[in-house]
Amino acid sequence: MSLPIAPKPRLRRFHQARWDEPIIFELSTPGERGVLVPRPEPKVRDAVGDVVAALPEGVRRPTPPRLPEIAQMRVLRHYLRLSQQNLGADLNIDVGQGTCTMKYSPKVNEAVINTPKLADLHPLQAEASAQGVLEVFWQLERMLAEISGMDRVSLHSAAGSAAIWTNVAMIRAYHAARGEGDQRTEVITTIFSHPSNAACAEMAGYDVITIHPDADGYPDIDALKAAVSDRTAALLITNPEDTGIFNPRIREFVDIVHGVGGLAAYDQANANGILGITQARAAGFDLCHFNLHKTFSTPHACGGPAAGASGVSAELAPFLPGPLVEYDGDHFFLDHNRPQSIGKVAPFYGVTPNIVRAYAWIRALGAEGLRAVAETAVLNNNYLLKRVLDIPGASAPYASGRRRIEQVRYSWQELHEQTGVTSEEIGLRVADFGAHYWTSHHPHVVPQPFTLEPTESYSKDELDEYADILAEVAREARETPDVVRTAPHNQTVHHTHHDDLDDPERWAITWRAYRRKHFGEHP
Amino acid sequence: MTPAPRTLPASPLAAPGTRRLGLVVNPVAGIGGPAGLKGSDGADVQAQAVARGATPRATARAVAALRTVVRIFPGVEVFTAGGVLGADAAAQAGLPGRVVATGPVHGTAADTVRAARELSAAGVDLLLFAGGDGTARDIHDAVGEGIAVLGIPAGVKMYSACFAVSPVVAGTLAADWLAGRVDSASSADVLDIDEEAIRTGQAEPRLYGTVRIPRVQGRTQARKTAAPASAAAAVRRAAAGASILLRPGTRYLLGPGGTMRALAELIGVPKTPLGFDVVEDGHVLHADADESALLAAAAGGPCQAVVTVIGGQGFILGRGNQQLSARVLRALGKDALMVVATDDKLTELGGRPLLVDSGDPALDHALSGYTRVVTGPGTSTLYPVRAPEHHSIDTDGT
Amino acid sequence: MTEPFVHPYVPNTAPRTRAAMLEAVGATSIDEFYADCPPELRLDRPLDLPAPLLSETELVRHMDGLLNRNVSTREVLSFLGAGTYQHQVPAVVEEVINRSEFLTAYAGEPYEDHGRFQALFQYQSLMAELLNMDVVNVPTYDGFQATGTALTMAGRLTGRQQVLVVSDVHPDKLAKVRDYVRPYLDLVHITSRGSGADVDAVLAHVSKNAEIVACVWVETPSYHGAVETELRRLADAAHEAGALLVVGTDPIGLGVLAPPADLGADIVCGDIQSLGLRQWYGGAHAGFIAVHDDPRFVMELPSRLFGLASTTVPGEYGFGDVAFERTSLAIREDGKEWVGTAAALWGIAAGVYLALMGPAGMAELGETLLAHTRYAMDQLAAIPGVVLADDGVHLREFVVDVSGTGLSATDVVTTLRGRGIEPGVVVDEHRLLVCVTEVHTSQDIDRLAGEIASLVKETPA
Repeated sequence: MSLPIAPKPRLRRFHQARWDEPIIFELSTPGERGVLVPRPEPKVRDAVGDVVAALPEGVRRPTPPRLPEIAQMRVLRHYLRLSQQNLGADLNIDVGQGTCTMKYSPKVNEAVINTPKLADLHPLQAEASAQGVLEVFWQLERMLAEISGMDRVSLHSAAGSAAIWTNVAMIRAYHAARGEGDQRTEVITTIFSHPSNAACAEMAGYDVITIHPDADGYPDIDALKAAVSDRTAALLITNPEDTGIFNPRIREFVDIVHGVGGLAAYDQANANGILGITQARAAGFDLCHFNLHKTFSTPHACGGPAAGASGVSAELAPFLPGPLVEYDGDHFFLDHNRPQSIGKVAPFYGVTPNIVRAYAWIRALGAEGLRAVAETAVLNNNYLLKRVLDIPGASAPYASGRRRIEQVRYSWQELHEQTGVTSEEIGLRVADFGAHYWTSHHPHVVPQPFTLEPTESYSKDELDEYADILAEVAREARETPDVVRTAPHNQTVHHTHHDDLDDPERWAITWRAYRRKHFGEHP
Repeated sequence: MTPAPRTLPASPLAAPGTRRLGLVVNPVAGIGGPAGLKGSDGADVQAQAVARGATPRATARAVAALRTVVRIFPGVEVFTAGGVLGADAAAQAGLPGRVVATGPVHGTAADTVRAARELSAAGVDLLLFAGGDGTARDIHDAVGEGIAVLGIPAGVKMYSACFAVSPVVAGTLAADWLAGRVDSASSADVLDIDEEAIRTGQAEPRLYGTVRIPRVQGRTQARKTAAPASAAAAVRRAAAGASILLRPGTRYLLGPGGTMRALAELIGVPKTPLGFDVVEDGHVLHADADESALLAAAAGGPCQAVVTVIGGQGFILGRGNQQLSARVLRALGKDALMVVATDDKLTELGGRPLLVDSGDPALDHALSGYTRVVTGPGTSTLYPVRAPEHHSIDTDGT
Repeated sequence: MTEPFVHPYVPNTAPRTRAAMLEAVGATSIDEFYADCPPELRLDRPLDLPAPLLSETELVRHMDGLLNRNVSTREVLSFLGAGTYQHQVPAVVEEVINRSEFLTAYAGEPYEDHGRFQALFQYQSLMAELLNMDVVNVPTYDGFQATGTALTMAGRLTGRQQVLVVSDVHPDKLAKVRDYVRPYLDLVHITSRGSGADVDAVLAHVSKNAEIVACVWVETPSYHGAVETELRRLADAAHEAGALLVVGTDPIGLGVLAPPADLGADIVCGDIQSLGLRQWYGGAHAGFIAVHDDPRFVMELPSRLFGLASTTVPGEYGFGDVAFERTSLAIREDGKEWVGTAAALWGIAAGVYLALMGPAGMAELGETLLAHTRYAMDQLAAIPGVVLADDGVHLREFVVDVSGTGLSATDVVTTLRGRGIEPGVVVDEHRLLVCVTEVHTSQDIDRLAGEIASLVKETPA
C-alpha cells in the first residue's frame, strides 16, 4: 500500500473507546494516597487535645470508611478513561436526543466562568464585593424578560422541571392569596407537554386533567373547553409541543382558561425555534419558564447541573421566590423583603455558573443573533425532515405536509412492520456510527418513535451525515436485519442484561451491595 | 463497515431447551378482505370470496413469519398440523415441520381448535397461529391461558391484542421467545367481533377472553416507550385512580375488561371476566348481573357504572355489554358512567373518539361530548365521545 | 447590519448554505416555517437586547470587566458557611469534570455513555461507604430538595402526616421544605435544647402521638454546626412509634463521625457541595438521599439509581437504571415526584473527591475540621463579652453571642469586612455563625479573634 490513500468511506468507521476499566474499589492498594489534607498544627493540637478521642460514645466512627486507597495519577487516569467512554455533545452530531436541544456550549464561556472571581464567591459575602455577579443576574433577568415579554424573572430554579415546580408553587400561592386556594384544585395539561408539568402539579396536590391532540395533531380545544371550570387553577402547556407542531390557537387556549379565572403557564422548553419570533406574553401567558441548559446553551453535564428561569407577569411577581436582585442606580443588591414570596426553592440565588454562561451566550449573539439561532434551528429541522422522509420506512405522524418548528417526532413503524427491527434497535445501531441514540419520546403516542432536534449548531454537511447514517441503518434493517438487531457492535460494552435491575434480590445499586448480595461479603 | 451478525445471547434467566414452535394456519383467514367482504367467517362468505377471485393469504403470511424465525433462530423445530393447517407453510419456508396434529380437515373452526390442542399437548413452547380475530377465539378456546401464543396477522382486520403488527414482527418475536431473549408473558385480550355486524356497519367488539403472549422486552432501558411492562403498571394506576373515587354507600356496576379486573383486585372482590358485577363497600352484591339485576341495583340508591375501553375501536358502550342497556343508563341518570382507561389506550385511537352504542340514539347523543376518563390517582383525561356514525342523529334539529 | 449575519455558533448562517437548504426543502423563505404562528403573536420588532459582542475579544473583555468587580474568598479571609462551604477542591476533580466528554454529554445510555454510568455508579458506591448504607441516588438538585423528598418518602412509607423537627434547621432550607411538603405533611417543631434535640420532649411527644408521627427529622451538624449526640435514642423513640428517623447531614465529617445509619437512621440526606465543589456564589449544590437496600424504601425514591449489570462478555461491567419505572419520565404522574435534569456532574465530582481522599484523607480531614472548630470556639470565647451559644460538639460551624460586647452581630461583620475579613453570617441581632474549615490556619483564626477582640476593645462598653 502506498500513497495516495484511498478516499474516506461515506460513513465514518467509528469505535467508542473501550478501556475495560475496573470499578474504582478494585484499584485500591492499601497505603496509597490520592491527596493529602492539612493536619492540625502543633499549636492547635496543644490547645484542643485529641478532638477525635474526645468525641462522646456513639458519635465517633468506629472504623474508617471503606473507601479505596489510590495514588493521585491512578485516580486521574481511571476517570479520564471513563470520560473517553462517554460521547459528549462536543464529539458527535447530537441531534438524536430530541426535546433536549443539544446545542453548542461555547468554549469561551467555560474560559470566562472558570475564575476565582466567580467560583470562589460565597453567597453571603458583602454585596459590595459581588457587584459583578449581581449585575449578571440582574441583566440576565432583563434579557429573559424581553425574550418572553414577561415583567419579572426568577433565576433560582435548579433546572427545567424545578422551574415548573416554582411556577406551580406560585400558581398555588396566587390562588391562595385570592381566597380561592381550596376551590381551585385542578391543573390542565396536554399529553405532548413535558411529563414534569403533570408530575409537578400532582406533587403540589392538584388533580391533573390531560388533553389529547385532535386528529390533526393540535391539542383539542373542545376538550379544553370541556375541562375548564371554577376548579381550574391553571393550564400548563408546551408550545410547540414535542412534535414540533406550533399550536396556532394558543391565544384562545389561554383566553379559555382566563375566562374561568385560571392561570396559564407556558413551558418554553421548546423555545429554541421561536426566539425573537413570538413572546410568551403575546399569547397572554401569566407564567413561563426556560431551560437555560437547552435554549441558552449551558452544557448538559451528564444530566445537570442545569438551570431554570421562571418569568411572570406583574400580577404574579410578588410570589416569585426570593431574593430578587435589584439595582438602585448605583449598586446591585438582594431584596429579601418580599412578604408574598413563595420563599426558597433552592439554596441561595440559582445555579451561578450556568446563569453566567447563559448571559455570555446571549451577549455574544444579541437580538439579531438570537433570531438567527431560531431561524436556523427551524431551517435545519425542516431540512432534516425532508431528508428523513426520503428514507423508506420513516414517517412523521400528525400534521402531514405541514412545516415543523424546531423538532419532529418521527416513526419507524413502517420499517418495523417490514423488517421486525425496532426503533430502539435502529438507535443502537446509529450509535455504532458515532452518533447519539434516541430515548426521549414520552409519552408513547407515536409507534416506533424517534425524535430529532437538530438545533442551530450543526452544519448542512453534518445533517447530511446524520441522515445518511439513518438511511444506511434503514437499509441494513432490510438487507441484514440481524446486524441491526445485534447492535451495538462498536461501543464500550456489549449487549447488557437488564433483567437484574428490576429484581430486588439481585439489583446492585452500589459496589458494597453487589459484594454483599453476590459474594456474601459483610462489612 | 458491516460487522458479521452475531447471535443474540439468551437471557441468563432463560429456561434452557425452549425451541419447539407450534404452528396453526387458518387457511381461509383473510380471504374475504381483498374481496371487500370485511371478514371471512362462514362458508358462504368464503365461497363468495373465492367467487370474486380471492386466494388465501394466511399460508403466505405464515411462511413470511417462519422465514424470519429460522433466520434469527436456526435451531427451531416446527410442530404443526397437516397440509393447509400448517405443514404446507412449513414446507414452503423450507422447514421440515413435524406433523403432530393429524386428522381430517373440514375447513371449519374445529380444525383450528383440534390442531391447537394437539400441539399444546405435544409440548410446544410457543404456538404461532395465522388468522384473524375468529382464529384467535378458536385458539383461546383450545389453550386458554395455558401455553404462550402469538398471532400472525392474516385476517381482514384484527382487533384482538394477541397479534403482532406484521408477519415479520411475529417471526421476530417468536424467535426471541424461543431463544430465551423474551422470558415473560403478558395477557392479551381476545375480542369477539361479529363479522356480520361489521358487514352491516355495526361493529360491536366484545371481550371474549385472554391468552398469554410473549412480553416484548427492550434492549435498552428506553422504557420511556411503553413496553407492556409499563402498560400493566398503567392499568394498575388507572384502576387505582378509579378506586379512590369510589364512595361508601354507592353501588358500582363493574363492567368487563382488564382494567375492571385490576379495579376489582384493588377492592378485593372477585370479578366475572366478561360480565357486570354489582359492588358496594367492598362486597359483591350481585355477580354477573343481567339487565334486570342492574336495573334493580340502579333503583336501590346511588349507583354508577364503571366501564373501560374495549378493543381498538374505542367502544365504552355497545351491544357487547348489553346488560348495561339504555334502560339501565337512564335509570342511573346523571353521571351514569365512570370511564377508566390508560392514556395509552386513548392514544391508540389516534384522535378518534370513544364510542357509545346503547341502542338508543337519543341516549347516545346525550352521552356524547367530552367525558372525563380516569387515568390514575388524581389524574384524568378529557376525551371526546360520540355515537358510531350509523347511529348519529341530526343534532341541528334537536 | 447590512452584510449577512454570519455567526460562529451557527454554521448555517453562511448565505450559500442557507439558500441551498431552503431550495432543498422547497421553501422561498424561512418565514414559511412559521405558518402556524399567527401574525398577532409575531414580534414585529427586533428584541431589545444589548448589542452583540461578536468577537471573543470583546466578549472576554466584557465578562472580565464584570467579574473582576467581584472579590473572591481567596482574596479576603472568609469564615462564611451556612450552607455553602470553602473547602480545598483537588485539581484532579476539576480536570475530570471539565472534560468535554463529561461536561457536554446529556442523559446518555449505557452503551455510548458508559463512562457516565460508571462514574455515577462509583459516586453512589463511594458515598455508600461513607454513609454505611447500601443505596444512594444519582444526585438531585440540592440538599433542600433531597430533604423535602426524604420527608415525603417517610410520609408515603408510614402513611402518616406529621414530621417532628427536632434540630436547628437552616431557615432557608426549612422554608423550601415547608412549601414542598405542604400538601402532604405537617411540620411540628420541638425546640432544641443546648446543642441538640430536646430528647425528653421528643420522647414525650412521640409517645403521645404514636399513630401520627411519620418521622423524626434530625439535622447533624445542625444549622449551628452542632453534632447531635443522641441519635440512637431519637431513632429508638421513632421506631417504637412506628415512625422513621430521617437525618440530614453533611458527609464531610463522616471520616470521624459515626454514620447516622449506624445509630438507627432510616433515610439519610443532605448536600454534597463540600465534597469537591467550589462555592460558586451558592450555585453549586447537589443533594443525596441514602436508604438501606429495602425494596419498600428503594421503590419510594424518586431519583434515578444506577445499578451494575452483566453483559454478554464475561468480566465486562454494564450498567442500567434500577427499577426505572419509579421515575416520572417512565410513567408520567405516577412517578414518585418528578425526575428531570439535576446535578449529575456534581455527583461525578464528589466521586472523584472521595476516591482521592480515601479513608485516611476523610479521617484526617474530619479531625482537622473538629480541631479547627474547637480551636476557633475557644479563641472567640476568650474575648471579653463574647460567649458561645452552646458548648456541644461542633463540626466546622458554631454560634457566638456578642451581646456582652455592646456590639451587634452586624457591627462585627461590617467592621471586619473593612479589615478584609468576612467573620461569619449574622443569625440575629447578637449572634454570629462562624465557619472554619481545613483551608484556615491557626494564624487565620487568631487573626479573626484578634480583630474581634480589638473591635471589642475599641467599643465603649
